[in-house]
Amino acid sequence: MPEGTLCNKLTVDTKEHLDSLLADKSGKVYYKEMNDLEVNQKALWGIIQKTFRSRFKTWLEICAHCGLCAESCFHYTANNGDPKQVPSYKIQSTLGEIVRRKGKVDNDFMQHCMDVAFAQCSCCTRCGIYCPFGIDMGIMFSYLRGLLFSQGFTPWEMKIGTGMHRIYHAQMDITTEDWVDTCEWMAEEYEEDWPGLKIPVDVESADIMYTVNAREPKHYPEDLAEAAILFHLAGENWTVPSEGWEETSLAMFAGDWAACKMQVETVYDAMERLKPKRMVVTECGHAYRATVLEGPYWAGRKSGQTPVESIHYVEWVAEALRTGKLKIDPSKKIKEPVTYQDSCNYVRNGGLGHFAREIMSYVAEDFREMTPTKEHNYCCGGGGGLNGIGRYREQRNIGMKVKRDQILDTGAKLVISPCHNCWDAIRDMEEIYHMGIRWTFLKPLLISMVEVPEHLKPEE
Amino acid sequence: MYELLTGPMLWLSFTIFFIGCIVRLVMYFKGLSWQMDRVAYKEHMSYGAKGAARSIFFWLIPFGTRSWRVNPFFTIVFFVFHVGLILTPIFLLSHNILLKERWGFSLWTMSETTADLLTIGVIVAALFMVLRRIALPEVRFLTDAYDYLVLLIATAPFITGFMAFHLVPDYNFWLILHIICGEIMLIAIPFTKLSHFVLFFASRAQLGMDYGIKRGGMKGRSFPW
Repeated sequence: MPEGTLCNKLTVDTKEHLDSLLADKSGKVYYKEMNDLEVNQKALWGIIQKTFRSRFKTWLEICAHCGLCAESCFHYTANNGDPKQVPSYKIQSTLGEIVRRKGKVDNDFMQHCMDVAFAQCSCCTRCGIYCPFGIDMGIMFSYLRGLLFSQGFTPWEMKIGTGMHRIYHAQMDITTEDWVDTCEWMAEEYEEDWPGLKIPVDVESADIMYTVNAREPKHYPEDLAEAAILFHLAGENWTVPSEGWEETSLAMFAGDWAACKMQVETVYDAMERLKPKRMVVTECGHAYRATVLEGPYWAGRKSGQTPVESIHYVEWVAEALRTGKLKIDPSKKIKEPVTYQDSCNYVRNGGLGHFAREIMSYVAEDFREMTPTKEHNYCCGGGGGLNGIGRYREQRNIGMKVKRDQILDTGAKLVISPCHNCWDAIRDMEEIYHMGIRWTFLKPLLISMVEVPEHLKPEE
Repeated sequence: MYELLTGPMLWLSFTIFFIGCIVRLVMYFKGLSWQMDRVAYKEHMSYGAKGAARSIFFWLIPFGTRSWRVNPFFTIVFFVFHVGLILTPIFLLSHNILLKERWGFSLWTMSETTADLLTIGVIVAALFMVLRRIALPEVRFLTDAYDYLVLLIATAPFITGFMAFHLVPDYNFWLILHIICGEIMLIAIPFTKLSHFVLFFASRAQLGMDYGIKRGGMKGRSFPW
């Protein structure tokens, strides 16, 4: 069975393997090899028989082809109503076809499925809430990505991402040592301005175990410092684990379910080891969904719950403002019009939209909702891994037009976006469409607005 | 012919319909898996039940969901079609006379004018559904012959029934055709897309449980369908 040296059905479990993929700039060789990758039809059908159950079967069977899902999909709208972008068509012509053909599909068809599953669906699950039958095509596309991954058909960046998780237990090559060093470095760096600031590592029985997105220590370490400052000001007894600190899951985007399990178990192990009262997840959408919502199932936890209660950063902020642990200086509230980008992963799929509004009521004088909003809001355009895949850059940029127009319609020039993916998409959107907007996470915004208690102020 | 169709054939059709529907429902729920679906159905039954009930309830109310509200034309057509489709055969006077004759009991019955209006509603709504399939590019693109066939199976008993009632000269012909069409529909329900007669409730309940348990239902707010 022909397999490429880079593009194959193997999982990436060694550093050498990972490095060889990274050395292949933009995945040129990888995608070339993909053209010769043979489909193991028997294995594909075998997985389907084991995992394709009544929910999916029914969804594919009873779809009445009513087309109500069409306008729920931002890809459909952004592509001027191209019928090929109707969610029902997209899933029926890919997963539906594989099932109907009992796995007897060829290389071309699998590549077509990969293109649709990644470039035409961000798994935002909005279509599912517009279908009278509740057919959730985002969930089915995620399943399809898993089938594709098992046959080696996954975008180059996703393959690398899964390798990172398998090797480093993080989406980027950050070792335990790198992480702990970053924590120490940030605490030192900011201690002068914030006397007593610490980033406590591996403290047992803390009230909060804080976990992050690997991009923070890798590219924006000040984010970690900002989290520390806010916990410090709020007087929280908190800690970070030396291992099991990474919440994200490119493996979830790729459909590498074994790597998903490995990744979340590192976090659950940290919970068992440090026994915190609660875990707080940083301002990331898919990280929360992966580790808090889906993770317990990957790890085989029947309760569907993480070992200790886990909350998203917006829940913590809302609580801190409500209880007065953090106080906003009224003169520093945002005066200009401001809007909020609902992350699909923790708003539609996590029910946390009302916490975001609670925060807005404390920090903004002229808060403007997008239309539609909260659970019905659109994906930023870069979700489901799409931001990170070079092969589909053009399709992503077209899809972002829906969010662009939504933002412009609010009249706000400032977008609060407590999700890395949304934040990136909005940044790229500005670069491409020159809308004249600014965007921010909550942390820097809060630090610029909170009242600092006398005893926590630096000595002049 | 009439005796055969309203005797053994009717029994057979109803048996296939009822057993078929029950089997479809049982198979659906048996096929759910907490780990594959990633929904802890059993662990959080009360949240699940609430989510399922809300998910079904709001979708059964015209304009009860955002999807219904943003598609008002379709919503009206859809509800006229389904309400007539379900109420007319159950509460029709002549069906209940037959019921009384054969099985010794009958249900409340609607006036003939009401039945006529509902029947015309079903036929006109079906016509609009066909036109919609042809007129809207995104629906036309999805539509195949099977979609028209199931629509025909569902509407045929109404067209033929209406003819039988109003075209006295050919009464027998239309009546026999009406009974055959009705029986075809009953038999087709478990085996075709018409299985959504029961699977609508199953599928809605499942997604409702999903939102009620995993996707935010335990975070203090119910999902605003």
